[in-house]
Amino acid sequence: MTATTSNETRIEADPKLPTIRIVREFDAPPARVYRAWTDPDLVVQWLGPKDTSMKIDYWDARTGGSYRYSAWRDGVEIAAFYGSFHEVRPDRRLVQTFTFEGYPDGVSLETMVFEDLGNGRTRTTALGVVDSMESRDAILASGMDRGVIEGYQKLDALLISQV
Amino acid sequence: MTEVQLSRAFTALADPTRRDIVARLSVGDATVGELAKPYGVSLQAVSKHLKVLEEAGLVSRSRDAQRRPCHLEAEVFDLMTAWIERYRRQAEERFQRLDAVLAAMDQDTTHQQTGAAS
Repeated sequence: MTATTSNETRIEADPKLPTIRIVREFDAPPARVYRAWTDPDLVVQWLGPKDTSMKIDYWDARTGGSYRYSAWRDGVEIAAFYGSFHEVRPDRRLVQTFTFEGYPDGVSLETMVFEDLGNGRTRTTALGVVDSMESRDAILASGMDRGVIEGYQKLDALLISQV
Repeated sequence: MTEVQLSRAFTALADPTRRDIVARLSVGDATVGELAKPYGVSLQAVSKHLKVLEEAGLVSRSRDAQRRPCHLEAEVFDLMTAWIERYRRQAEERFQRLDAVLAAMDQDTTHQQTGAAS
């Protein structure tokens, strides 16, 4: 048995359901992880795409509250996201809606569970549910930094040409 | 597989009909006629979908026989793994930043506690 306490992120994309499950463990107790997830001053330090600066436009982490944040590169807003805090249950559970403004018809329902592993460790499980397999795959493919939007534009053109 | 190829493959698979075709071909090779049957669409429409899949390197067609059956390139599954891995790595990068935030909070807390005790 290895003695490593690996905190590697695990991703599960159900082949039959439009869901993405992200599991990660942290070397901090649930209350602290929860705070880093909900306190805007802390959230701004880690959430958001790489190589961008993040701006929180509003952030009201209460049940029924809402949020919007944007990612900036070279003074230009490159992406923005918004949604509502459907349920905020301190240190235990966070349920949010999530929309990428570049794709306004899409909305994901994100349920985050903070699980106490003891010894000052926490496991977070985020389950995101979207409305179609296409949307889910598009989100997974958004891991590709570029090419996807161009790809879709080409696909649009192709589909129109088939009519 | 380059990023451009990966992107092209993703684009090809963004269409549900094409994904169905890929699913059908994962069972075994099939002709255009056999692929067209379940959709009630023209051979021409299926051929167009196949062309996209071929250009994306997901499907190949033998040149010799008249039947010209379509064959799925098994890399497609590696490809899907690659998407997910890419997405996973981005999440991991984000969480490593969160690790750093949590570690800094720990120091703050320790500092505050020390402060309160003194």
